[in-house]
Amino acid sequence: MRSIAIKMLFGDTAKFYGILLGLSFATLLIAQQASIFVGLMSRTYALIEETPQADLWVTDPTMQFVDDTKPMQVTALQRVRSVDGVSWAVPLFKGLLVAKLPSGSRQICDVVGVDDASLIGVPARMIKGDVSVLRKPDTIIIETRGARSRLAQPINPADPSGPKRPIEIGEELELNERRAVIGGIAETKPTFQNVPTIYTTYSRAIGFAPANRRTLSMILVKAAPGVSVTELRDRIARETDLAVYTPHDFAWTTITYWMTQTGIPINFGIAIALGFLVGVAIAGQMFYNFTLDNLKYFGAMKAMGATTPRLLGLVALQGAVAGVLGLGLGLGVTSIVGLAIPGDKLAFKMTWHIPVIAAAAVIFIVVASSLFSMRRVVQLDPSEVFQG
Amino acid sequence: MIEPTNSIVCNEVFKTFGVGDSMVRALRGVNLEVRFGEMMALVGPSGCGKTTLISILAGLLQRDEGELAVLGTDPSALSNHERTIWRGKNVGFIFQQFNLIPQVSILENVAVPLLLRHHPKKDALDRAAKLLQEVGLKGRELTRPNKLSGGQQQRVAIARALVTGPRLLVCDEPTSALDGATGQMVMGLIRELTAAAERVVIVVTHDERIYHFADRIAHLDDGRVTHVSTPAEALAESAQRMGDAAKRH
Repeated sequence: MRSIAIKMLFGDTAKFYGILLGLSFATLLIAQQASIFVGLMSRTYALIEETPQADLWVTDPTMQFVDDTKPMQVTALQRVRSVDGVSWAVPLFKGLLVAKLPSGSRQICDVVGVDDASLIGVPARMIKGDVSVLRKPDTIIIETRGARSRLAQPINPADPSGPKRPIEIGEELELNERRAVIGGIAETKPTFQNVPTIYTTYSRAIGFAPANRRTLSMILVKAAPGVSVTELRDRIARETDLAVYTPHDFAWTTITYWMTQTGIPINFGIAIALGFLVGVAIAGQMFYNFTLDNLKYFGAMKAMGATTPRLLGLVALQGAVAGVLGLGLGLGVTSIVGLAIPGDKLAFKMTWHIPVIAAAAVIFIVVASSLFSMRRVVQLDPSEVFQG
Repeated sequence: MIEPTNSIVCNEVFKTFGVGDSMVRALRGVNLEVRFGEMMALVGPSGCGKTTLISILAGLLQRDEGELAVLGTDPSALSNHERTIWRGKNVGFIFQQFNLIPQVSILENVAVPLLLRHHPKKDALDRAAKLLQEVGLKGRELTRPNKLSGGQQQRVAIARALVTGPRLLVCDEPTSALDGATGQMVMGLIRELTAAAERVVIVVTHDERIYHFADRIAHLDDGRVTHVSTPAEALAESAQRMGDAAKRH
């Protein structure tokens, strides 16, 4: 009987495709918007993910998120190093600076200055060159997306608006009127600000930056072997009065800022809610109408000895099949869209939570419309089959 | 006292719908006996209670008052669930509008009553195929209902009604959606396939052309069985009424 119930669903082509379209579209909207939201949020803490060596991040207490750099006095580094249980502590500079490109145009860049000695904080995946080039004078490392897009240079210098080529190793930029030579190109995760990132040494970075008494953006800390990271975090915070985060906490602090201080979640939330409503309005209504159209057959079955639970089982099966197909199709299209569009164009990250959320939404739509449909089946008087 | 050789006995059966001003007395004390092996036609004007009576006999509705025995059971005394099971075991239905599921083959349509009772699928389809052969649709098993003529669809409905081997077959206006010749063929088929000593067939109809297939005709009016006649007597009565009407005009 299950196969007959499924054939009833597939056989009503117009309604079946309507249900499928509604559920797929709802899934697509929910999953795609949620994936872009998660993708965008994950970009806000890209620097933390790019620096896995640090157990703790120390910042000014007023700093609210990774890009909200509030420079500290350089003495803070010595105070952190003096805390018992610290294996090493290195400085990190982070700031937005204007770079003058070889073509003469200007571009805002995110400059990251890493510890001169250890180079902790330099991207791990080098595409061209080697991190050791930073030991050469005036040298910087740039990332591939920036090299291909915003830092790209015109093929014909006489035609600045014409076709462009990626900027290459050996070419020079000017940062705050100081020469910076590209020594390497690295692969990094996209950032939320979506401006080119330049890596160099800490001392060189503060040279590029406008003169400022406070230059220390963050301190990266490694716990000594056998020392609890959380205990060390609390100890540094207590002894230095600075903010100390584990990478996980720092990432969540950053996400929380964007979630609570901007309209981003509301905008995405509206899109996701619209997707859900589309599902309810189209798929739910279609499924209900499909059941109504089949009431006379359900009535005949009831007359012929089908119990109410048996009929409800058939309706539930039809709903489940439509739900699984709609969900699968919607998630499939979402994944294809996510894979087809390059990561630097679309912030797309589908975590395992998203299919689960989309599935929950589809289950809700299907169960709600099935319950409405089932109500009609339960109320169905089998004697109605004799009424023409 | 209910006679055990009768398959159906109604004794002063009443049925009312609604309450207050909207109350309708559909049956006002029906008395009727139908024997095993008999085909009984229920005839009468619209609204006389025919559909209500077959619904009660088939266990789709419950009587309000009176005594009732259908195949030795009072279906109105059963719970909803018991009545559903009882119907599945004992009653076959042929509907006015066929009620065949359009999205599946006629073979699967015929097998539906067995599948609803969790019968093994292969056995159900084998039995359905055998019934389709008996109603003359061998070779068309995988056809969908909407590809068939009205007469062929009603033959599928007959096969579906008989696939469970019911002892009570209820036919609601089985020829009203068919032309005269096809109606005769369909009734002939019902008569042929249901002829069995242990089975009873109730046919609700307005179609005088099929009276002769019935063994007896029960005439209903205003919620009561006014009298029971043979088909010949019923046709004579009808002719008399027509003649009287013609004279008045």
